[in-house]
Amino acid sequence: MSSNGPPGPYDRVPEARVSKSSHATAPAPSDAAGVDRRVALRVGVTAAMAVGSVALGFGLRERSGSKKTRALPTLKDHRAEKPAGANDMAIVRGPDPAANVRRAVEALGGMGRFVKRGERVVIKPNIGWNRTPEQAANTNPDVVAEVVRLVVAAGASKVWLTDASVNTPEQCFARSGIEKAAKAAGATVIRPDASAFREVNVSGKLLHTGDVLFPFVEADRVINVPIVKQHGLSLASMALKNWYGVLGGQRVKLHQNIHLSIIDLAAMVRPTLTILDATRILTANGPTGGSLADVKQMDTIAAGSDEVALDAFGATLLGLNPNDVGFIVEGMKAGLGTPQWHNLKTVELGG
Amino acid sequence: MFRWLRRAYQIVFLGFFLFLLLVTTAGLIRGYDVQWLLEFDPLVALTTALASHSLHHTLLWALILIVLTLVLGRFFCAWMCPMGVLHQALGFLARKRRPPDRVKQNAPRASHRIKYLVLAVMLGLAAAGSVQIGLLDPIASTWRGLATSVMPTLGNVVFGKYQGERHFQWGTLITLVFFGALALNFVYPRFYCRVLCPLGALLGLLSKFSLFRISRNTEICKGCKFCGSDCQGAADPQGTVRATECMVCLNCIEGCPRGGLSYKFLPPLASSTTKIDLVRRKWLGAGVAGAVAVPFMRASDGVEPRPNPARIRPPGSLEESAFLEKCLKCGACMKVCPTGGLQPALQEAGIEGFWSPILIPRIGYCEANCTLCGQVCPTGAIEKLTIEKKVGEMPSRPPVRIGSAFFDKGRCLPWGYQTECIVCEEVCPTSPKAIYFKMETVIGRDGTQKTLKMPFVDLDYCTGCGTCETRCPVVDRAGVRVSAANESRTPRSSISLTGGKI
Repeated sequence: MSSNGPPGPYDRVPEARVSKSSHATAPAPSDAAGVDRRVALRVGVTAAMAVGSVALGFGLRERSGSKKTRALPTLKDHRAEKPAGANDMAIVRGPDPAANVRRAVEALGGMGRFVKRGERVVIKPNIGWNRTPEQAANTNPDVVAEVVRLVVAAGASKVWLTDASVNTPEQCFARSGIEKAAKAAGATVIRPDASAFREVNVSGKLLHTGDVLFPFVEADRVINVPIVKQHGLSLASMALKNWYGVLGGQRVKLHQNIHLSIIDLAAMVRPTLTILDATRILTANGPTGGSLADVKQMDTIAAGSDEVALDAFGATLLGLNPNDVGFIVEGMKAGLGTPQWHNLKTVELGG
Repeated sequence: MFRWLRRAYQIVFLGFFLFLLLVTTAGLIRGYDVQWLLEFDPLVALTTALASHSLHHTLLWALILIVLTLVLGRFFCAWMCPMGVLHQALGFLARKRRPPDRVKQNAPRASHRIKYLVLAVMLGLAAAGSVQIGLLDPIASTWRGLATSVMPTLGNVVFGKYQGERHFQWGTLITLVFFGALALNFVYPRFYCRVLCPLGALLGLLSKFSLFRISRNTEICKGCKFCGSDCQGAADPQGTVRATECMVCLNCIEGCPRGGLSYKFLPPLASSTTKIDLVRRKWLGAGVAGAVAVPFMRASDGVEPRPNPARIRPPGSLEESAFLEKCLKCGACMKVCPTGGLQPALQEAGIEGFWSPILIPRIGYCEANCTLCGQVCPTGAIEKLTIEKKVGEMPSRPPVRIGSAFFDKGRCLPWGYQTECIVCEEVCPTSPKAIYFKMETVIGRDGTQKTLKMPFVDLDYCTGCGTCETRCPVVDRAGVRVSAANESRTPRSSISLTGGKI
């Protein structure tokens, strides 16, 4: 047992020695004061233990009625001030997606209107599915990369890029081509691991709280980069619907009331700028697609800060009447924007 | 004299324990704090506090025992512990006749240190968020053994009127463990207390500071060793008394023919030892082993990732990980449940939830106007509920849900066999009823038309109480069954979007 060190009580010490030596080895008290000191010390140690455990016990006790509630953060309003005379919306058509993005942002007054030097920016493409760019289920990687470059050039101190994918994130981020393109352009790509989410107040009609990807809590500016797709339940998935992708948890529950939950989320995230990717659009079997037969080449980019207007424009690309799309109507009612995009100050540029 | 005084205390405390056990039933409970002895148990307080970082208010009782042990030593084991009484009473099983043989039987052994390692493992587990102390804690074990094994057996065989016939799934396991622990007295007296008991270990550690101790006067002692012949704790009164092992049974004082031993305030330090003789490496190793076991257990079963549909917790249960930080598996809720539906889990709640309470509606349902399980829970793993809170009032105050009912349309009589049956709707206790009918016209095998009441579940009103499943006339697997889905203790379990969380 303890062949090294002083003998312990289980060491085989001859019994006689233990019992007889017990008193003999006790240090003889030199005087009465020494005894008193030792007594005081032992009582003191025991009393300290007793007081300490009682204090600890009462310190740890649950106080009835005062459950610990953490104050949850609320997302900031990320919209930027609109300079006098600036355009509200730009629609650009042309064969080069990156050039379309540049021209659209230019037409709105340049990225400097939206992102100031030193600000932290999060870019939110749609990276929901394990699909190639040609299948048009995710945002076009060239569009995303160009947005990243513009934001970096505007002097952002941090450029996050993230989405809460529906399929396995690693595969979605890779097969969409977005991770590689965005990294090359200078973005910090955040995959939606469990640790990437923070609980926040949603304060919506349906959704009170939810887990949101952390860059949306921390960023100064938010740029929405959705793709135009047909959607089986909500008819279309564009800018407003893209905010489903900031949420973790059992998002599928939201489909019980899809239009109002889209509005809850869109009212939570007010982006600085939205760049609607209609380079290729998915016209059927959305939002997943899969067949190239469902994809239509449109070579169009629309940009602006009114998501309802952009969605109304996107709906027309899908051959829908915006007034038939529930979340567009609800978005207008909730004051998120106007579906009358042609009444805004809109510029259209050809290829 | 001391011996009889001690026995009187032991009998009083055992009687008190049995009384509390006996009144833990719907008809008798009134306001009794039936788990008072568990609340008095510092190990329960320590492990649940380590795991949950808070101390349930009832567990403040434990501070009394901590302070008393700091002053008096590990007296609890020989004066108060209900399991200790049983062990001491059964100690005769292995007791040798000749005093010298008994001295050998009751001598300290190196194996008596195992309990400290058991304690370290339990504390490690608790620190990592898994309270498993109830498996070995003497009070929880005794309660569980008596409540889910001995009493149902006696009840079913002898006193059938007491709680009706009771069955606990795989209760035989509990029986074997409970009687197995008692049977260890065949090896030597108080084997469990000396070798395994983690509460004894904790009290032993506190006794290192005890002010009152047994002391042998070497001037008087002639070395006959009679003092050691009945020593309950194997504390070596004939040598240097081990303060950590001494249960203050006082048998040594009685045994000495010359009056050479006494229990007194601050005897000379050298007359007793507080050394346990475990190197720090062993303490740490055991504690780390316990802590590391938790992520391993969670890698196997998880807490949330793969919830079992049969993991239907009692109403008022905390969210699962908080529940596992507090539940002792003592069985108080199972004992008090008026329908007998609360059962010890086997695999339903994962390895960590072994023997924790789950409702098995086929055995018994959750009575709507009953909150007894929360009332008897000693640690707050099941919160105390009021009937108003439990029943709720839709839509402003949703009820406490423990799950929800689902129809198995192949087994339900109207759905599967076109046969009239309205039992589930009839017994559904919510108002309005969660189970409702729609009239449907069906065409029978012979071509005749008939109109049947087809039952449906309204998730807004269903509380998962399981009355429908208990009463469903389809034998063995019912036509309507409850699963834990939609339980209200965590928003993650909810099926519907109402509630504002996903």
